[in-house]
Amino acid sequence: MRRERRKVVAAEPVGPYTLLRVERGGLEAGIPGQFFMLEAPGRVLPRPMSVCVAEGGELTFLVDPIGPGTRALCELERGDRLHLLGPLGNGFDLDVERPLLVGGGIGIAPLPYLAQCLGSAPAILGFRSEHHAEAAALLPGAEVCIEPIYVTALLPEERHDVLACGPEPMLAALRTLVPDAQLAWEAPMACGYGACYGCAVELDGELKRLCVEGPVLRAA
Amino acid sequence: MLLNASGCLDALTAPEVARSLDAFVTKTITPEPREGNPAVRIAETDAGMLNSIGLANPGRERFLAGTLPRLLELGIPVWVSVGGFSAAEYAETCAALEDVAAIELNLSCPNVDEVPESAAAIVAACRSATRLPLYAKLSPSAWDIAEGARAVEAAGADGLSLVNTLRGLALDPRTLRPVLARGAGGYSGPALKPVALAAVHACAAAVEIPIVGMGGVSSGLDALELIAAGASAVALGTILFSDPGAAVRIRDGLAAEAAARDLGHPLDARGLAHSSLQMSVSRLGNEMQKVPGNRPKVTA
Repeated sequence: MRRERRKVVAAEPVGPYTLLRVERGGLEAGIPGQFFMLEAPGRVLPRPMSVCVAEGGELTFLVDPIGPGTRALCELERGDRLHLLGPLGNGFDLDVERPLLVGGGIGIAPLPYLAQCLGSAPAILGFRSEHHAEAAALLPGAEVCIEPIYVTALLPEERHDVLACGPEPMLAALRTLVPDAQLAWEAPMACGYGACYGCAVELDGELKRLCVEGPVLRAA
Repeated sequence: MLLNASGCLDALTAPEVARSLDAFVTKTITPEPREGNPAVRIAETDAGMLNSIGLANPGRERFLAGTLPRLLELGIPVWVSVGGFSAAEYAETCAALEDVAAIELNLSCPNVDEVPESAAAIVAACRSATRLPLYAKLSPSAWDIAEGARAVEAAGADGLSLVNTLRGLALDPRTLRPVLARGAGGYSGPALKPVALAAVHACAAAVEIPIVGMGGVSSGLDALELIAAGASAVALGTILFSDPGAAVRIRDGLAAEAAARDLGHPLDARGLAHSSLQMSVSRLGNEMQKVPGNRPKVTA
């Protein structure tokens, strides 16, 4: 894990989200599903963001402006600087035979980089509205559904290696339907490197710190 | 003389961060394992953060058998933070500890409901259970923290850790319900600095034992201010979450701030926040404390 101060290349709107493009410098991009802690200007704590795209000397993060920290990140402008710490946590296991990417809402964030590393992989994405679904452009060729239709309705009959990220109800549903799925979970975290114990979640009766034992965990 | 605040670092997960400190303080160990409180356990506020981790820890036996030997291999002094729900529980853990640099008694966790016995009673019980240095970690919420400081000093504490978090509450702006699953939590970060300074200032005038100051330290100047208020060492808490390299940066900053004030060593600033009058009053108070029934009701 490294912490560096890097320059913002651009902050581009993608539907209701912002694609924050940052100079990569000497930072490793890591494995898809791993994340960085991004300094949120004017805030006490950084925010965890998975790598969305890693190419052309940049690291790109998809940010949903849902609170003061994420809003501050979305308001960054070209030339602004911010600290990045990472890559952190455990990413997806890329040794899969028949990958299927499943994303819900802002949970599609790690999937473009994941698709890039896997070569090509089919993807199914679910969004809350047409406006949110504009972010599907980050994964060309993906099959898209909009509420009240959920991604679980698009799951193919035949067996796939499911790699998923999305809201908790979606992951919970996938856990039941696809017992060997790799699921990227999310929780509020202060540090991202195992120090604060804030992101501990109970899975099968055991508390796990998502930042160091996750965020990608096997469903079963 | 830079430590981490208990619960703000896992030395086994981030050994390089622990090695950047002069001593590592563990998360609080209780006799039985504790899962801690349910999620959500942390929330940022405008000037700090709340946590309600709830003393999550593997329990004394697993800590002694599994965690502590690995911590001791890191090659830095290890302070063990000890918690419990009775003086006897604290004392049993203290008696079981060997080879550690110091014990910090967590007398003030804001995230458990049980009301502990008095801080002085716990310190006295631990004093008879161990010869290791005992630091009493006190809450800044006390009406008169100096009173508590005198009491734990009289009970045999070798030092004070000031301060623990304050109890705070954050509401979700949409639902107006508490953000933390447990409701209130411990408030830390920049907002805590003036509270810590006041506590260190008051206790330094009241006791002779050394003080580890903590609360909202994020720069070398913050650390120097705590020293000026009377601290002999400084611990880093919330800042470690956003900056794992904070110890190196703050140590450099502390040296630079001291040098800028023509101080040969940062600790030469110790007590500069106290006027000579206050210090003389405090000495008088300490002497009078040894005479039962003749204790000053008001001190500087």
